[in-house]
Amino acid sequence: MLELKDISKVYNPGTVTEMCLFDKFNLKVDDGEFVAIVGSNGSGKTSMLNIICGSIPIEGGEVLIGGKNIAKMKDYQRYRTIGRVYQDPSVGTCPNLTMLENMSLADHKGGIFGLSRGINKARENYYKEQLSILGLGLEDKMHVKLGSLSGGQRQAAALIMSTLTPIEFLILDEHTAALDPKTAETIMMLTDKVVREKKLTAMMVTHNLRYAAEYGTRLIMMDKGGIVLDKTGEDKKCVRVEDILEIFTEISIECGN
Amino acid sequence: MAFVDLFISTLTQGFIYALLSYGVYITYKILDFPDLTVDGSFPLGAAITAVLLVNGVNPYLAMLASIAVGAAAGLATGVIHVKLGVRDLLAGIITMTALFSINLQIAGSNLAVERAIDTVFTMGPAAALGGLSLMYRKFIISLIIALLFKLILDWYLRTKSGLLLRAVGDNCTLVTTLAKDKGIVKIIGLVIANALVALSGSIVCQEQRAFSSTMGTGQVVFGLATVIVGTTLFRKMSFVKGTTAVLVGSVFYKICIQIAISLGLPANLLKLATAVLFLIVLVVGNRQKGGAEHA
Repeated sequence: MLELKDISKVYNPGTVTEMCLFDKFNLKVDDGEFVAIVGSNGSGKTSMLNIICGSIPIEGGEVLIGGKNIAKMKDYQRYRTIGRVYQDPSVGTCPNLTMLENMSLADHKGGIFGLSRGINKARENYYKEQLSILGLGLEDKMHVKLGSLSGGQRQAAALIMSTLTPIEFLILDEHTAALDPKTAETIMMLTDKVVREKKLTAMMVTHNLRYAAEYGTRLIMMDKGGIVLDKTGEDKKCVRVEDILEIFTEISIECGN
Repeated sequence: MAFVDLFISTLTQGFIYALLSYGVYITYKILDFPDLTVDGSFPLGAAITAVLLVNGVNPYLAMLASIAVGAAAGLATGVIHVKLGVRDLLAGIITMTALFSINLQIAGSNLAVERAIDTVFTMGPAAALGGLSLMYRKFIISLIIALLFKLILDWYLRTKSGLLLRAVGDNCTLVTTLAKDKGIVKIIGLVIANALVALSGSIVCQEQRAFSSTMGTGQVVFGLATVIVGTTLFRKMSFVKGTTAVLVGSVFYKICIQIAISLGLPANLLKLATAVLFLIVLVVGNRQKGGAEHA
C-alpha cells in the first residue's frame, strides 16, 4: 500500500511568491489499484506524483510504502520499485542510443552496471517480443536511434522500458498528452493492458476526462491541493464523462474562471 | 627529407595528444560536461612523470602514476560538482586553479629530464626497435599507445558501466528512473577522462623531456577543437566510432598548427592561432548543422 500522510508542500518558502500547495494532504492507494487523477492546472496532481517519486522536497509529512516511510530516501533509490512515464516522450528514452541499447539499460534497472557487456544478445528476442505487443513495428527498429523515431513511438518504447523489470508502482504523468489522438488511444489501451497483466499499482494523471472515466479502478479529482472527488469500486464504474465535466465546471466557476 | 621528418613528428604529436582528446571526448561529447580540469590535469601528469623519471622510476610506472593522479583530479572536480553542488564549469575551474599550485609544488616551474634517463621511447618495447632512429621509435610507440587506449575505451563504452555513462549524458532523468545515482556516473566519467588527460601529459613530458608549469594552458581548447573537428568530419559516417574520429581530429589539428608554424607563424602567436582555428571549427561545424544559434 502507498500512503501519503499529512504532507505539506510549500513552493518558494520565505519569499513574496510563497505558495502553500499541500497542507496536511492525505491519500491511501491500495495494492493493485489503478488511480486516474484529474484536476485543473495547479491543482497539485503532478506535484503529488513528484512527492511520491522524491523529485521534489516536502516540508512535512510521510510517504509510506508498505508502512515504511520513504520520505528521506533519494529519488533514484525509490525508483527501484517505481516505474515512471513522463508527458514529454523524450524524457523516457535516450535519443542517441539505439532501441537495443535503450532496452538493455531498462532491462538492467536497479542492477550493478559493471564491466560485463552492455548488450546481452541472448535477450534481444525477448526485447523484440515485448516491443511487438505494441503493434507499432518497433521490434524491427532495434538498431535505430530513438531520437529518429516519432513521439508516439518513443512514448510506446518508454512505456515498455518502464515496465520491463518487476516493479510495484507505475507513475504516469500525462503520458498521452503530447500524442495525436490515435496514438494516444493506442498507448492508453496498452497501459491498461500492462497494468492488468503485471498487476501493478498505477497512478495516472490525465487531462483527458474520457480516459479518466473509462480506465482505472479509481477516480480522483484534485483542486487547490485537496481531493474534491474520490470514486472507487462500483461508483467508479458508473462515472460518466459528463459527471466529471460538471464538477470540473463548478470548480472553475467558483474560481471565477 | 626534412619534410618527411616534420610530417612524422607531427603525426607523433597527434597520437600523443589523442589521449587528451579521448578524455575531452568523454566529458564534452558523452557526459555533456564542459570540463576545464584538463588545463590542470594535463600538466599534473607531466609533473608527476618528470619527478619520477628524474628519481629513477621506470617510465611505465610513471605512466601508471600519472593515470592515478589524473583520476584523482577528475574525482575532485566530480565531487565538487556533484556533492557540493557547484556548477560544472566552475567546479573544473576550481580544480584547475588548485592544480596549478600543486604542480608547482611537485615539480617546480620547470623540470628537465636529462638525455641519460630512459623514457618509454628508449626502453622496454622501444629498445626492440633499436635499429630505427629515435624519431621513428617515437612514432611507433605513440601510435601503439594511442590505438591501445582507443581500443580500451571502445571496450569500456560497450560495457554496462559504459552504456550507463552514455545514458547519463544523453538523458540523466532516465538514469534516475533506472534507480542509479546519476551523480556517481558523472564522477566516474570525470575520473576516466582526467586519467586519460594526465596520461597524455605524462607521455608529452617523456617525449619532450621536460615539464613546464605553463604547458597546460589552452589544452582544453585543443581537446574541444579535436573532438569537434573529428566528430564533424565523420558525422555522416555513423559506422566510424567516436574515438576514431577524435584520434583523426587530433592528428588533423596538429597538422594544421604545424602548417601555420611552417608558414612562419611566430611561436608567441601559437595560442592565438589555436583559438582562431577553434573558432573556425565551431562556426563551420555549426553551419553544417544548419546554422544553429549557439555552439
